[in-house]
Amino acid sequence: MRRVVITGQGTVNPLGLDVAATLDAMSRGVCAIGPLDIVDVERLLIQIGAQVQGFDPAEHFSKNKLSLYDRFTQFALVAAREAMAQSGLEIDDALGDLSGVILGSAGGGLQTQEDNYRAVFEQGKNRVHPFVVPRLMHSSAASHLSMEFGLRGPCYSVSTACASSNHAMGQAFHLIRGGGASVVLTGGSESMLSFGGIKAWEGLRVMSKDGCRPFCATRNGMVQGEGAAVFVFEEFEHARARGADILAEVAGFAMNSDAGDIVMPNREGAARAMCGALRDGSLNPEDIGYINAHGTGTTANDKVETAAIVDVFGSKADKLMVSATKSMHGHLIGGTGAVELLACIAALRDGMIAPTVGYRAPDPACDLDIVPNTARQQKVTATLSNAFAFGGLNAVLALRSI
Amino acid sequence: MSVHQKIVEILAEQAVLEPNEVPLTATLEDLGIDSMNLVEIIFAIEESFDIQIPFNANEPEAAGFDISSVTSIVTAVEGLLAAREA
Repeated sequence: MRRVVITGQGTVNPLGLDVAATLDAMSRGVCAIGPLDIVDVERLLIQIGAQVQGFDPAEHFSKNKLSLYDRFTQFALVAAREAMAQSGLEIDDALGDLSGVILGSAGGGLQTQEDNYRAVFEQGKNRVHPFVVPRLMHSSAASHLSMEFGLRGPCYSVSTACASSNHAMGQAFHLIRGGGASVVLTGGSESMLSFGGIKAWEGLRVMSKDGCRPFCATRNGMVQGEGAAVFVFEEFEHARARGADILAEVAGFAMNSDAGDIVMPNREGAARAMCGALRDGSLNPEDIGYINAHGTGTTANDKVETAAIVDVFGSKADKLMVSATKSMHGHLIGGTGAVELLACIAALRDGMIAPTVGYRAPDPACDLDIVPNTARQQKVTATLSNAFAFGGLNAVLALRSI
Repeated sequence: MSVHQKIVEILAEQAVLEPNEVPLTATLEDLGIDSMNLVEIIFAIEESFDIQIPFNANEPEAAGFDISSVTSIVTAVEGLLAAREA
């Protein structure tokens, strides 16, 4: 069977405007959550989030191009440029036909939707910008990546709420493994930090007003973030033949559905997804040194995820490092799994185990080694990245060092 | 309609019961109300009385809005209404 490796990575997220800045912030346990700076924030009950800071679209795009790019597309393009540059790939016509894009996003062009709803409903305008539709399409970012780099194979977007990125990357893995492409740009992007984006989550009553503290006894909900991460997934022999620097191997992937509840997580479904990823990657539980948890900071998720990890790893769960980097970059919703994969790759490449920050007090229902507050240096050779979305959609990726 | 009557009406609708099947001493569990129903109930009460209820599903007991029984909810809403008038 064809093997799949990662040969490039790029990101724009609240912790940094590229991979180096992001990993530096993770290694220092930086928390990027703070007061939201958005229109009408005073009408929100939840006034904190993790916003991308210092991102100037004009530095990256011409004015003409910008009229076509929602913020989620801007994040994806900048992340993809970094990933492609690192990969060293040169896409000619022949390789272009064998290369594709699969990106996750839960909300797509939400900033565009909100701005234009305001224009027609609030300001009573009867005219909107001609490019509203091409900006707001969920597939818009994927299409712009294909155009930017000449990737003429399969190109589509995946939307499965908080598991969107993991599903996208799992599909990219399957596509290359199955022979449908040699190279896939994959990951996810989200820009939901707008009045409407927060207001909708506020209604569900699961958001924290004071911070994201996954696995902590004092946790009281999730905090939203924004941003993107994009990776170059490449068929192993193709990467090896051109002498590429291989960051990690995508060893396995599993996805399933709880078929149970539209918001509550399910221990059995989560465990089944982790087991499936191990099996798919021919990995044993003891091979895994680090898990990037879904770890949202809600009462329900962290308790259920802990129980599922114990189900899968048994007594070995004690030796396992499990961290929730959402405590630092917030919950990027459809983009979150992609940013979290950066932490898995850093664990494999550099032995840098990103911490769970904001941790104050142990919760007996979450008694894992969650790498509290301070990053750790420890060599690991295989990792899992969990995503357990609303609607019971579970997607787990297994990476291995190579 | 009194605060009590309105809250019973909201709870009955969510629990798919008649209002006379919602005794004051009942807990939400007695009425078969789950966490999703509860979030909808909080929303319906806020809309009906134009008040803001400090409720976080992650720590339902923490915010000082007592949801342990029908009576406690009525009392808590009356408190919020009084605070609004003050």
